[in-house]
Amino acid sequence: MADGRAERVATGVAATAPLLRLSGVSKVFAGGVTALDGLDLALHEGDFVSLLGPSGCGKSTALRLIAGLAPPTSGHITWRGGSEPDLGVVFQEPTLAPWSTVFDNVWLPLRLSGQTRTEARERVEGALAAVGLDGFAKAYPRALSGGMKMRVSIARAMVTEPKLLLMDEPFAALDEITRFKLNDDVLRLQQSLGCTVIFVTHSVFESVFLSNRIVVMAARPGRVVTELANDAPYPRDQAFRTSHDYVEHCRAASEALRAAMEVPA
Amino acid sequence: MSDIPLSGAPLSSPVDREEQARQRQRRLERLGAWVMPALVVGITLLGWDWVVRANEIPHYILPGPGLVGETLIEDWSILYPALQITLTITMLALATAVALGVGLAILFSLSKWIEMSLFPYAVILQVTPIISIAPLIFIYVDSKLAGLLICAWIVAFFPILSNTTLGLNSADHGLRDLFRIYGASRWQTLRLLQIPSAMPFFLAGLKIAGGLSLIGAVVAEYVAGTGGVGSGLAYTILEASYRLDIARMFAALALIALTGVAIFATTSLIAHLCLRRWHESALTRER
Repeated sequence: MADGRAERVATGVAATAPLLRLSGVSKVFAGGVTALDGLDLALHEGDFVSLLGPSGCGKSTALRLIAGLAPPTSGHITWRGGSEPDLGVVFQEPTLAPWSTVFDNVWLPLRLSGQTRTEARERVEGALAAVGLDGFAKAYPRALSGGMKMRVSIARAMVTEPKLLLMDEPFAALDEITRFKLNDDVLRLQQSLGCTVIFVTHSVFESVFLSNRIVVMAARPGRVVTELANDAPYPRDQAFRTSHDYVEHCRAASEALRAAMEVPA
Repeated sequence: MSDIPLSGAPLSSPVDREEQARQRQRRLERLGAWVMPALVVGITLLGWDWVVRANEIPHYILPGPGLVGETLIEDWSILYPALQITLTITMLALATAVALGVGLAILFSLSKWIEMSLFPYAVILQVTPIISIAPLIFIYVDSKLAGLLICAWIVAFFPILSNTTLGLNSADHGLRDLFRIYGASRWQTLRLLQIPSAMPFFLAGLKIAGGLSLIGAVVAEYVAGTGGVGSGLAYTILEASYRLDIARMFAALALIALTGVAIFATTSLIAHLCLRRWHESALTRER
C-alpha cells in the first residue's frame, strides 16, 4: 500500500507541473462579503480532490472561479500550458433542459462545439452506456428519477472527455442508497477516463470514499484550514467502505472539520 | 392465485376496486367535458325561445334563436364577406404582433439598454385605450384596412412582447452557466436555451393576443365607422342596428363569438402540440 502511494506521488507530482494552481485566490462580492480568502491549491493530474466544509465556506465559489464563471478579486489561477483545458461540470441540480431528450441533453456540449447529431452519436451513446442509461436516449428528463437525472448530468459532463471534472455537491439531494451507487460510478468513470476531479461536498463519508486529497475549509471568511491525504489505493469498492482504514480516515476528517468550525477567523 | 376469479374481471389486469372507480370517473369526466357545455347551450337556447314566445316579444326587440339561425343562412351573402374581412384583419394583426413582439423581445434580451429605453413606450401603448387612439390613427392613415390593422395590432402586441421578454429572461441559471462554460455563442444561447425556455411564456401570450386582436379589429371598425365595400362584422352590426334588423345583429354577433372561440381553440391546440412532450402545463399526471 505504501509502495503504491510512493509511486503515485512520484508519477503524479514530481514528473509534471500541476495541472492547475491557485495562489492567494480571494473573492469579495459587491456587498463586501468575503466568500473566499487566500486560497492556495495545486492540482495534479489524476488527483481526486474533495473540498469539504460547512455551507458558506466558499467551496462552491472556488469551483465557479476555476470554471471561469467569475474572476477572482485577487490572486492567480494558472493552468498548465497557459489556457483552460476542456472542463466538465456537474452541478448540485441535474440542470437538464426539460424540452430536450436525454440524448440531446448529453449531445449539448458537443453540439456547442459544432458537432452534428450524426458526428456526436457514437460518443453520446458511449457516455450514456457508461452511466448505465443505454435505452433511455429518447426519454425526456421528467420521466426519470432523481438519480437517473444525475446520471444524465454526469454523462453530459463526461461526453467531451474532459481533463478536469468539476462537481458541485452533485449528490447532496439524493438518497443514501442512490448516492453510494453514484459514488461507485464516479470513481469507475474517473479511473477509466483518467481525468482530474474537484469535488465539492459537505459529506465526510463521501469525501473519504472518493478522494485522495481532502481540503478542509472553514466559513466566514471562506478559507482552507487543513488538507488531509487519503492514500487508500484505487479502485475502491464496497470492501473499502467497511474497512478499518475508511473509518480511521472518516474520523480524522470529522475531527478536522469540527476543528475548522471552531477556529476563529 | 388459485382463488375464484371474479366474473368479468380480467385476470391479466389486477386493478383494485378504487382504481377501477377512478378510471370510470375519468371516462365520465372526459365525456362530461363535451356533453355538459352542449347541454347548457341547448337549455339556454330553449329558454330564450320560450321567453320570446311566451311573452310574444316582437322580433325587432328580441328575435328568437330560430330567427337568428334563419337570418344567418339568409344573410350569408352579406355576413360571409364581412366575416372574411374581420378574420383577415385579425389574422394579419396577430401575425404582425407575433413577428414584431418576438423580434423586439429578442432585441430586448440582447441589450438591457434597448429594453430600458423602449419598454415604457410598449407599456404606454398598452395602457392607453385603443378606442381613444383609433380616431387619430384614422386621420393619419389613408387606407382604412391599414388603420384597422394598426389598431388591432396595438392591442395584440403587448402580451406577446411582455410574455416573450419574460420567457427569454427566465432561462435556468445553471443551464446559463453551462452554456458559458462550454463557450456557447450568443446565437447558440438564444437558439438552444432562451427560445425553448421562452416557449411556454410566448404561447400563453399568443392565446391572449389571439382574442385581443379580434377585439381590436372589431373595436377599431366601430371607430372607423365608414361602411361600403370591404367592411367587417362590426360595421354589419352597426348598419343592422340603424335598420332595427336585430336578428342580423345577433347573427353577426354569433359569428364574432364563434370566431373568438375558434381562435382560442387553435392557439390552445398549437400550445398543446408544442409543449406536450415536456412542459408541466401540458402533462397529465398518473395519480
